[in-house]
Amino acid sequence: MRARFLPHPLLAATLALVWVLLTNDFSWGAVAFGLLLGLAVSKLTSVYWPRRPRIRNVPAIIEYTGIVMWDIIVSNVLVAYLILFRRGTSLRSRFVMVPLELESPEAIAVLAGTITLTPGTVTADLSADGSALLVHCLETDDAEGTVAAIKSRYERRLMRIFQ
Amino acid sequence: MPSLIELAIAVFLVIGGVFVFVGSLGLAKLPDTMRRLHGPTKATTLGIGALLAASILFFLVMQNAGGIHEVLITMFLFLTAPVSGNLIAKAYIFRHKDIQESLPPAGDRGGWATLGEQKPAERAQRQPQRRDGPSAVE
Repeated sequence: MRARFLPHPLLAATLALVWVLLTNDFSWGAVAFGLLLGLAVSKLTSVYWPRRPRIRNVPAIIEYTGIVMWDIIVSNVLVAYLILFRRGTSLRSRFVMVPLELESPEAIAVLAGTITLTPGTVTADLSADGSALLVHCLETDDAEGTVAAIKSRYERRLMRIFQ
Repeated sequence: MPSLIELAIAVFLVIGGVFVFVGSLGLAKLPDTMRRLHGPTKATTLGIGALLAASILFFLVMQNAGGIHEVLITMFLFLTAPVSGNLIAKAYIFRHKDIQESLPPAGDRGGWATLGEQKPAERAQRQPQRRDGPSAVE
């Protein structure tokens, strides 16, 4: 019963909150409309979300967010340096394969997004069976080291959040 | 202490401007599409982040109105930048044979999703039809 009308309570609540924040002016009308919107959107899109990701371990989420924020700052400085002071053709760019231990699609999506936002790497593709990511490195001589860093720094922490 | 706040706002604006500029410069300067992707997906997140921080400070102190919109803009950027970067990369790989040949092999994993044909058996295995979430029993 509850699963039928409210397939994703967290999604519905988030959408309602975002709606209230967007109106930037608290009123009960906005809250009601936001809730309605959240319910409708989460119901209409539930076909695409057959599973509900289990999220627990809130301290781990906060730790992960902090680490990613810090890495974004570092990666911006690093990439800015490479863009400004290196000739484009002298950058040793290459693709690497990152084998995944994560299994939930939501966790893989978060990892792919994190890789794109952090030091010198962009997620390019996922293998057909979902067990590896194709990552493009802007500047690297140590492909194994890059893969190991991604796995130990991000994937290990995501395992604790999602599994 | 309005002058100190003004200084902080100015510093954020300059940092933001520099990083947005460098990101765009990378887009123009780097030699191929995959390298070009690195500029806009990263340099702009910190650049626009700093500009938004300046905006939050300005409206908080000068106009006495807290801005939540800026936080939302940051959130939306973090959600959309990797997705668009990923789609551009996929389209680029899909259209260039020489790039496809230079990719690290993913043969026993069914190939890369952009190129490979996924077998129905694998798809069924990856997407178990579990509609009941953990709390559906309540």
